[in-house]
Amino acid sequence: MLAIAFYVLAAIAVISAFAVIAARNPVHSVLFLILTFFTAAGLFVLLGAEFLAMLLVVVYVGAVAVLFLFVVMMLDVDFAEMKKGFLQYLPAGALVALVLLGELGLVAGAAMSVPVPIPLASDGQAAVTNAEAIGQVLYTEYLLVFQLAGLVLFVAMIGAIVLTLRRRPGVKKQDIAAQVGRKRSEGVELKDIRPGQGLG
Amino acid sequence: MDIGLAHYLFVAAALFTIGCFGIFANAKNVIIILMSIELILLSVNVNLVAFSAFLQNIEGQIFAMLVLTVAAAEAAVGLAILVTYFRNRGNIAVEDINQMRG
Repeated sequence: MLAIAFYVLAAIAVISAFAVIAARNPVHSVLFLILTFFTAAGLFVLLGAEFLAMLLVVVYVGAVAVLFLFVVMMLDVDFAEMKKGFLQYLPAGALVALVLLGELGLVAGAAMSVPVPIPLASDGQAAVTNAEAIGQVLYTEYLLVFQLAGLVLFVAMIGAIVLTLRRRPGVKKQDIAAQVGRKRSEGVELKDIRPGQGLG
Repeated sequence: MDIGLAHYLFVAAALFTIGCFGIFANAKNVIIILMSIELILLSVNVNLVAFSAFLQNIEGQIFAMLVLTVAAAEAAVGLAILVTYFRNRGNIAVEDINQMRG
């Protein structure tokens, strides 16, 4: 049963990953990317890493993929024209990809022959859940790294906001500092008006 | 047949290769390139989690979490740069992004 689940998930993951880079419409690419992330989360569950699987769904599907979807739909680009140079880099890319696949397959094949008969984490002692196990290490030994990860996210957030914030010249906006900093002397003017005459 | 460590390594290798190939094949489309980078980082995560599970060491999953964080930050900043560039130029052709070349 585990083997069937693994093979189905692995096949879907690889096929949808290929569809990401092969799809003509970038919206389809994003949707296939979501499918890839979901199936990868399934693989994580098979490995006994439930917490990371949920994290993958929340972070990748909930945030990153939706971000991609927003940007793809926001940018009004002729994507069909972009496909024209598809063949230009194809030979070099195919060569690199084949060599890479061969190398990684070699390593994975070597790992198959190494006697590591250790069972899956989920099969062993389940006294402590996966999330608990992560928390026990993450908040003690890796506290500094954890906080650095938060810092990375913070800097990325500030960077994204600063990059996309824009002030258009023609648009009038409320300037609260100018409003609060106004003085009576520059806001009120007293005029001595004679009777029968207007403000000349 | 039992599913071993090597099976997961093969899946991760395939994902990594597809990601690298996607960067070459879609060299004109920045959005697909960013998605390919996400695929590469995902394959790294699969590797980390597989080793973590088979070596019974939870630290691999912690590093996978950190990779996840960096991937999210990278996607946000990359897409922000893309949106700014599109706003300034009206297209996102990669060949034209050489304005800062000295």
